[in-house]
Amino acid sequence: MTKAIGKFLFLTVLAVFMAAPLVIVAGVSFNGTPRMNFPPQNVSLAWYAAFFSDPAWMSAFSLSVIVASLASLAAVSIAFPIAYATWKYRSRMALLLESIARISFLLPSIVLSIVFLVFWSWLGHVGRIEDTILSHAVVFVTLPLTTIGLGFRSVDLALVEAARTMGAREGDVLRTIVRPIVLPYVVSGLVFVFILSLNEYIIAYMVAGFEVETLPIKVFNNLRMGFQPTMCVGAVLFMLLGVFAFSAVALIGDLPKLLGGGRI
Amino acid sequence: MRLGLLLSWPTVSLLVLVTIPFILLLRISIAPHDQSGMWSPGVTLRAYGTLAEPELLGALLDSVELALAVAALSLGLGFPLTYLITRMRRRIQVVWLIFLLTTLSLSDVLIAFSWQVMLSKRIGLSKIFVALGLMDEAASLTPSSGAVIACLVYLVLPFTVLTLFPVLSRLNNDLIEAARTLGASPVRAFVTVVVPLTKRPAVIAFVMAMVLTVGAYVPPLVLGRPQHWPMAVLIGSAALAGHDLPRASAMSIFLLAATLLLALLTARVARGRVRP
Repeated sequence: MTKAIGKFLFLTVLAVFMAAPLVIVAGVSFNGTPRMNFPPQNVSLAWYAAFFSDPAWMSAFSLSVIVASLASLAAVSIAFPIAYATWKYRSRMALLLESIARISFLLPSIVLSIVFLVFWSWLGHVGRIEDTILSHAVVFVTLPLTTIGLGFRSVDLALVEAARTMGAREGDVLRTIVRPIVLPYVVSGLVFVFILSLNEYIIAYMVAGFEVETLPIKVFNNLRMGFQPTMCVGAVLFMLLGVFAFSAVALIGDLPKLLGGGRI
Repeated sequence: MRLGLLLSWPTVSLLVLVTIPFILLLRISIAPHDQSGMWSPGVTLRAYGTLAEPELLGALLDSVELALAVAALSLGLGFPLTYLITRMRRRIQVVWLIFLLTTLSLSDVLIAFSWQVMLSKRIGLSKIFVALGLMDEAASLTPSSGAVIACLVYLVLPFTVLTLFPVLSRLNNDLIEAARTLGASPVRAFVTVVVPLTKRPAVIAFVMAMVLTVGAYVPPLVLGRPQHWPMAVLIGSAALAGHDLPRASAMSIFLLAATLLLALLTARVARGRVRP
């Protein structure tokens, strides 16, 4: 009995801890006054109207979405061949590439931001959107590598063997057995990079922050000049995007399994 | 041959975007400073000479302390949380996972900001503390190390859960039951059964928490006391305000070496301990 109460208390306190910033940011965005009141006073959607009619906020928002979409596609395009070659050919080259790819996630992000600042300055190519996209793609490539690797490993080889004995050619096996199993893992890799890139600040700021002002950069710049509830609107939109994206992943696939869970 | 074709794009992209940038970082760290904010050709150890300043050593110490505190708290909270999540009914499990993943969709800029709001004087936690009799009057709780730690634990916790989730969801309850039936106390069962099976991912989660903390720039800048700003903030200002890339590069290499050492030490301590 006491055990159950302790468990319940622990989970409740953690849930409150994790939910608090989300609730505060959302609450402030509904304020009727331009101050950071919580709970919100004179509830209104004025800041939403202000956000959607301000070209600067809209451009930061769409820029973030473009960067995140392209970065996630680029990361998967690097991760997928490596994961496939590791699974199919047990290639040593693929294993080497995998460890190089994983290095960047194991480094403090402030160091990565300096690394990429130096690199793009050396190329004489500072301040372009490609800088942000490619830097994010390499930094977050670990995530699709992990999920897609999990996907290939979850393909039951007996199934592949059975298909072969029944006369399926390599292409048939890939199309009818491997693809449906691996696809949800590819999608979850895409979603992870998308969400993390959407919200990444310091690397984006260092490589192109003055020209490519993504939403987190704009929010930070605004914070320095003084508070405006408009920036919380952007945050609420990103939260909704996050809930939507991860719920979609849970719908098309088995979320606990996609994250590597499940008893074997 | 098909393999070569398959791996050509990953090879080129990783070579260009990982290997070359790192070699450049090493190179720039020994280049002379140029007023334009870039660097000039030549070799000098000036940037490394500036690393011995007491201010920098203090900041490194602050980074290490912060990393250890955040990693210990994240693992201490994240381990039981993940264990409980893996034992929940499927639907609730999925809801918890989506909830934790959604917290990833707020930038650290916004998380730091909302902690600032929560800890401010006008609204926020101090009022609750006053109501509970824990504090005499409402006061601002930032800037403080506690605020930085709370914010960083918040940011790190989802990653801790994601790292521990696979192994804990596979952990077989029968083993713990067996140990208990054979007379082991819950603590002993945990130490002799659960710990050895989960040590590797727990060490990985701990090291990852340290790396994420050491690299975090915005939370300590927004919530911390300037005299306790860790290396990350100083590196950022060397590059952004000081326009001194060679110095920022040397400091980055210094921080990298310290982080690596910390990770190796953690692995060492973990290997040495816990032998039943």
